[in-house]
Amino acid sequence: MLLIRCPWCGEREETEFRYGGQAHVAYPADPESLSDQDWAEYLFFRDNPKGLFAERWVHADGCRRWFNTVRHTGTSEFEGTR
Amino acid sequence: MRLSTGGRIDRTTPLRYTLDGVERTGFAGDTLASAMLADGVLTVGPSPYRHRPRGIVTAGVEEPNALVQVDGEPSLTATTVELVDGLTASTLSGVGRLEPLDEQVHDKKYVHTDVLVVGGGPAGLAAALAASSGGARVMLVDDQPSLGGSLLSDREVLPWVATAEAELGTRPEVRVLTRATAFGYYDSNYVLVAQKRRLWHVRARRVVLATGAHERPLVFEDNDLPGVMSASAVRTYVNRYAVLPGQEVVVQTTNDSAYETAFDLAAAGAQVVSILDARPTPPADLVERAVSAGIEVRAGWVVRRALGTTRIVGVSTKDGELPCDLLAVSGGWNPVVHLHSQSRGTLRWDDRLAAFVPDQSVQANRVVGAANGVYGLAEALAQGAAAGVEAAELVGCPSTELALPAVRPREVTPPRPVWHASGDPDRCFVDLQRDATVADVLRATGAGLRSPEHVKRYTTIGTGADQGRTSNVPALGVIATALGLDSPGELGTTTFRAPYAPVSFALMAGRNRGALHDPVRTTPIHSWHVAAGAVFEDVGQWRRPRFYPRAGEDMDAAVLRECRAARTGVGVQDASTLGKIEVVGADAGEFLNRMYTNAFKKLTVGACRYGLMCGADGMVFDDGVTMRLAEDRFYVTTTTGGAAKVLDWFEEWAQTEWPSLDVTFTSVTEQWSTVAVVGPRSRAVVGRLAPSLDVSTEAFPFMTFRDTVLHNGIPARIARISFSGELAYEVNVASWYGLAVWRAVLAAGEEDDITPYGTETMHVLRAEKGFPIVGQDTDGTVTPHDLGMSWIVSTRKDFVGRRSLRRPDTARPDRKHLVGLLPTDPEVVLPEGAQLVAPGVPLTPPVPMLGHVTSSYRSAALARGFALALVKGGRDRIGETVVAPVGDHLIEATITEPVFYDKEGARRDGSVAELAERPMDTAGRRTASPSLRGDAVSGALLRLSPLFDHPLASGVGVRLVEIPSVPAVNVQGTADFPRPEPGSVAQWGERAVLWLGPTEWLVVGPGPDLPGGVDVSANRTTIELSGPHARDVLEKGCTLDLHPRAFSEGHCAQTTVARTQVILWQTSDAPVYRLMVRGSFARYLADWLVDASREYL
Repeated sequence: MLLIRCPWCGEREETEFRYGGQAHVAYPADPESLSDQDWAEYLFFRDNPKGLFAERWVHADGCRRWFNTVRHTGTSEFEGTR
Repeated sequence: MRLSTGGRIDRTTPLRYTLDGVERTGFAGDTLASAMLADGVLTVGPSPYRHRPRGIVTAGVEEPNALVQVDGEPSLTATTVELVDGLTASTLSGVGRLEPLDEQVHDKKYVHTDVLVVGGGPAGLAAALAASSGGARVMLVDDQPSLGGSLLSDREVLPWVATAEAELGTRPEVRVLTRATAFGYYDSNYVLVAQKRRLWHVRARRVVLATGAHERPLVFEDNDLPGVMSASAVRTYVNRYAVLPGQEVVVQTTNDSAYETAFDLAAAGAQVVSILDARPTPPADLVERAVSAGIEVRAGWVVRRALGTTRIVGVSTKDGELPCDLLAVSGGWNPVVHLHSQSRGTLRWDDRLAAFVPDQSVQANRVVGAANGVYGLAEALAQGAAAGVEAAELVGCPSTELALPAVRPREVTPPRPVWHASGDPDRCFVDLQRDATVADVLRATGAGLRSPEHVKRYTTIGTGADQGRTSNVPALGVIATALGLDSPGELGTTTFRAPYAPVSFALMAGRNRGALHDPVRTTPIHSWHVAAGAVFEDVGQWRRPRFYPRAGEDMDAAVLRECRAARTGVGVQDASTLGKIEVVGADAGEFLNRMYTNAFKKLTVGACRYGLMCGADGMVFDDGVTMRLAEDRFYVTTTTGGAAKVLDWFEEWAQTEWPSLDVTFTSVTEQWSTVAVVGPRSRAVVGRLAPSLDVSTEAFPFMTFRDTVLHNGIPARIARISFSGELAYEVNVASWYGLAVWRAVLAAGEEDDITPYGTETMHVLRAEKGFPIVGQDTDGTVTPHDLGMSWIVSTRKDFVGRRSLRRPDTARPDRKHLVGLLPTDPEVVLPEGAQLVAPGVPLTPPVPMLGHVTSSYRSAALARGFALALVKGGRDRIGETVVAPVGDHLIEATITEPVFYDKEGARRDGSVAELAERPMDTAGRRTASPSLRGDAVSGALLRLSPLFDHPLASGVGVRLVEIPSVPAVNVQGTADFPRPEPGSVAQWGERAVLWLGPTEWLVVGPGPDLPGGVDVSANRTTIELSGPHARDVLEKGCTLDLHPRAFSEGHCAQTTVARTQVILWQTSDAPVYRLMVRGSFARYLADWLVDASREYL
């Protein structure tokens, strides 16, 4: 089980967190102007690299804050959290 | 045979035990296996598949044969069972049988340490001593009853072991666990340790693995005969347990270690017939010692076959037979690399040692001593000490001193591995527990398999309960030989997986069983429901009354009666489980506009509005009624099961997409108790309950709410909301008044024969009106349009999910629509989940499905069965017939509009008859009855905390008390008070300010209102845990590091305890902890704490 550093609460057990998937996928400013294809890209398509991955977590059982972090998907080592 | 002197057993303490029905005696300090051997019992259960006689082979956890069932517990190895008086064991062939109803308490501990040392042998002891000398927190775990590891098998135990153990005992930050097996090594240095009935979860900054090595057997014909034993095990039995497993012994070795066995056997009086050494040139010093002990050494010899039928009587060699009753075998050594490998550390094959040894560490650990292939005592001690020094340095507590014993180093001569000696391949056993032979391996390689993983699965080698501890490398050797490879190193190993040793499910479950299996959430009115004989159902973790049967009633009868009451008189339901969220801030309306499909920004203060929410994919996500309490404050309700996910959803969007919006969220689900008063007579009841409230339709219209004070002095927020189509009110009060208000409603409704009803009636009433339930009539693939609720989908604003409603698939005309179904036979109630097909369609797969039944009930109002269903293009099929194949029957039904009752909505303001029958006074206000007025008491006296009737527990070690009714305000955003540091508490006059997050605080204690705050006084209750063992109790269910260096007086944290979220606040270093828990979870947590405290009371 991973030990994850919450930027606010420090290191806590993985069970206190919820995974939020790929980071930096912004909600489109004007969804109505998007083609079906572009909207589907936003809705369904995410990267799935083996290696460093910028992703979102939320400290659900703690301070309930969302944060971004970079994790190596092969080793689950966290490279940096902010 | 038991020797008359020596050994680490206590001859003054005889222990009686029963083996296979025979009473026997051993001594304190014995294992079951050593006591058996002392009694001459060498043979254990026969092999599982070929039923060959088998004997005890080892003296430890690697034992493949000696499986026993002990006092009901199956699949234990006699070599690891500590003898106790009165023990009852039976030998097993195969795995044994789990006896049901194991009611033993199993416990967990979550602990943190600077350094974890696994293994209390010489290297581990040296590491622990070095690591702890500078004050670091060190944990040393060992699976034996006493420390010393391999040293315990020496003729005289090095005195340093006792010195080291005593020294560790004087260090306050050292914890030594004996009889404890580290069996799993997971990410971030997380190690699980099984200690009898306690499972330790250890989080370590550094780990030192000093797990030792296991001796390998040799593969030759009939090598499974009883009397063929591991040479090191023989030595252990002789020296540690004073047991001579044989009188006439042949020693077969490939390395140096078995010589000591021969010397110790000879010293103990056994006749050592010969030492057969596979090496052409054994080390001169050992040969010299053997000769002086009168033992012949035959260099370059290997046993060809074991002789005997039920046990060994001799061995066959290249030069004839040698008689013996014991063959002590050393086929070399395997470092115990299991934990290192589980930690993702890599291995390499060491040709000199002929073994896999640790290569690279991936996590923060070191492998030392025999586990690292270092077999010399002096070198192992030095390596252990160095790892301890390094760990201490890295955790910031540099070591100060270290006293290692003076040990003369001895150069170890390399072994000569022998993978397959000779003989009939079908009688050369590779895996004793799996009865797998060289012939099995050859079949696998003959079939073209090369990978050890494939051979493992083909032959089952290594898949027994012993996980191939003794068979793994010999099997690789046989495979390598068969494939013409030089060594197992060219093949690599199979994967080492946790658990290293078998772990019972009961141990993994711990307290999460029986009544504590999962939290049961209850409302403040729960005790009344229980007393009233309600039948409950689980809704998420909530336990809700489903119906209240009267004498002789089944569910159908009770529900029909309850429905009739709500439609014709008045019913009452505990709706406290509804999720509730206060949404506060200047942009609260804008935010809700973006979340709901309909508009909330312009909702007037004092009004309510039903809202529907979609996921970004446009599928219905949740629904509920929202009240606007003020310009900048909304009170959102969610479905009972959706409360947590809606809060998560709101916070995710607000924090990650729209951080500039001024809006915050506070869960107030347990702050409020909600009592739904439903039916044409509800106005009269609410009028009596709240005499100062004008309940007329004009003064108090549908979808509005009023703040008022009830006749008994309790402040209440009453809303006109209906989930049944009837005139209805929801009475909201602070939850500590929940039970009092429930009773007051019943009293106020007595003359109208008010009828409590449960979730089943609620479902029927709403289904009669065609109101869908999210999660029952929807399943994540249903849009608002599919539900026929296009009216609630705004076309003038964006909301989450809106764009998806235009996706081609989402806009298809033949999507499944929510429709009604009326079975042709009115007596029939369709089963929920039943599939629907067109009439006349042949029922041979694949059957084209039209949809399925989502809700189905018997209706009192319609006097028939009816259902809701999702049907392809359903709205275009109104009036058509469909059939539901149910068992062997086809049930016919007609598709209808989903609204069955009061289509015009005439009943929501009360029936005409009711208004005529009981005229209101001119102000629309009923006069409160004198009796009710006489009952009026101060509201405060009616407060009941969630644990008001819970006994909790107090004893010498632990004290548990509830601190009820603590005023508490949740403040988010900005603070006009002293801000505490993260994770701590600041004092503010009489109040304490607890840090909950970077912009969130809980202000606890009496004081004036706080702007922007949300009253959560009744949302949680506080359980105070104190006493000398308070931390011990908390560590059973809390993963935080509670060591005073990490958490002390004035610290607070939001975390989980057991299986519920709490705010943990340490108010004193005594220690005293406060656990602030949501009211609905309070009973669960209290039960859990009492259970966890039991050993300290």
